[in-house]
Amino acid sequence: MSSYVARKANAEPRWVRLSLTGIGLGFLFFFLALPLVAVFAEAFSGGWGAYLEALQHPEALSAIALTVLIAVVVLPFNIAFGVAAAWAIARFDFRGKSLLITLIDLPFAVSPVVVGLVSLLIFGAQGVFGPWLAAHGIKIVFALPGMILVTLFITFPFVARELIPLMQAQGRDEEEAAVSLGASGWQMFFRVTLPNIKWGLLYGVILANARAMGEFGAVSVVSGHIRGETNTLPLYVEIIYNEYNAIGAFGAASVLALLALVTLVAKTLVEWRMRQETEMLEAGLPPEKTS
Amino acid sequence: MKRVLPGFGLSLGFTLVYLSLLILLPLSGLVFKASTLSFEQFWSIATGERALAAYRVTFGASLLAALINAFFGLVVAWVLVRYPFPGKRFVDSLVDLPFALPTSVAGITLATLYAGNGWIGRHLEPLGLKVAFTPLGIVVALTFISLPFVVRTLQPVIEDIEPEIEEAAASLGASRFQTFFRVLLPGIFPALLTGFTLAFSRAIGEYGSVIFIAGNMPLISEITPLLIISKLEQYDVVGATALACVMLAISFVLLLAVNALQWWSANRHQSRRTGA
Repeated sequence: MSSYVARKANAEPRWVRLSLTGIGLGFLFFFLALPLVAVFAEAFSGGWGAYLEALQHPEALSAIALTVLIAVVVLPFNIAFGVAAAWAIARFDFRGKSLLITLIDLPFAVSPVVVGLVSLLIFGAQGVFGPWLAAHGIKIVFALPGMILVTLFITFPFVARELIPLMQAQGRDEEEAAVSLGASGWQMFFRVTLPNIKWGLLYGVILANARAMGEFGAVSVVSGHIRGETNTLPLYVEIIYNEYNAIGAFGAASVLALLALVTLVAKTLVEWRMRQETEMLEAGLPPEKTS
Repeated sequence: MKRVLPGFGLSLGFTLVYLSLLILLPLSGLVFKASTLSFEQFWSIATGERALAAYRVTFGASLLAALINAFFGLVVAWVLVRYPFPGKRFVDSLVDLPFALPTSVAGITLATLYAGNGWIGRHLEPLGLKVAFTPLGIVVALTFISLPFVVRTLQPVIEDIEPEIEEAAASLGASRFQTFFRVLLPGIFPALLTGFTLAFSRAIGEYGSVIFIAGNMPLISEITPLLIISKLEQYDVVGATALACVMLAISFVLLLAVNALQWWSANRHQSRRTGA
């Protein structure tokens, strides 16, 4: 009711508003918009033909395939862990819960280079399991399994972090109702829990996927840079760039930039959907419960 | 009544096993490896000339980048929440670009933009300002990758400011300037500090975007993660491990700091809402 009046009383003078908007948008223009435009400008600087040729290079294609493969392997683990962790944390009380939440955040704080180094220390030739792995002919480091392991580490928190606050906010009433009406655990999960958290889950998966496909530092340490074999797209970008092949490097980079744009659009759509659902939820509740 | 819902043992068990196998055991492996060094050995590696220079570059550039983001992030968050302008939804989505864009893409793009013949470098170099392949380039790259943290931490807090507080300040005769600095800023300060710490913590570990633009000169523009890699490439695993331990310890401290700040911020928020 008073919001219109409030807005007038709380507004800055016009020149302040305009200059703040100018400063903020100017900063975003130089740091975000310009780099994004530059990726595509550089990629197409040799025309469409050169661009397509760069992308159809066999090493570029195998890098794209490897990048997708790693994401496809990693995401189901993230989903399983994220749902399990969120279920335990949001639905039950136990000691050490806040410590557990902090530990889930740990991979965000650790440098990707350190993550890569840790894998070398454990699975590398002089690592803890190195001699045993070599004796059994199993290759982890400088091969696909090592790259998958570090990507699992790096993307570990994404899904759990989205789901924990969401499920805490939703409360356990609906699930308790389902169970007391005789639903089995899995029935309750698939018919009540999963429909309630599907957008949050998707949101977490979108973020995890972007990171899995884009990870550079950790993967770089354990990949061994074997051309056409253990190069993901971000690593391929580096190699080609260091060979002064700008069109090739930015061509590959433009694919990743496109992926980033798709990620941003998908994220915005899911955010919009989630906001709609919470508004519907809040509108359906009696007023004294919402505050 | 407490345990009506099923799956506690299964979900917590799986969570703990997965967390331990994937995160905790490997990280303790790092500490274990470092513990094979004597303290003197560890200390001489961790405080070697090149290592000290690398910390200086890493922390100095990260601090600058986090400060730049704290200032501009506050402005951007304020503008996005309070002022209408065309294309706002688009701009709001674009803020997350550094989270979505792979760091190697950011690295080669920023290096190209700020090089002497690049779109931006071309205008800076006549002014005597060299950015690419200098420590200043590291600041630019770190500012880019840590840009969303301050904005995203502040936005919900600014949205939640109750107009009554500002009205009260205004009706008691405060100027808009006074209201902002003495009433609003103290309220959002914990969130600002949280965003700053998150940005700083992300920046000190960053590798991918920096190596393309830094020039990577030892003692001048070499960051700690790169020094770890170059030690690895010279088969100096022990040296790399010692430096990694230093980085890991700092990450831990920052993680705990962020947690404490978030708790502070939430408490403050809560006590304001309940009027306590």
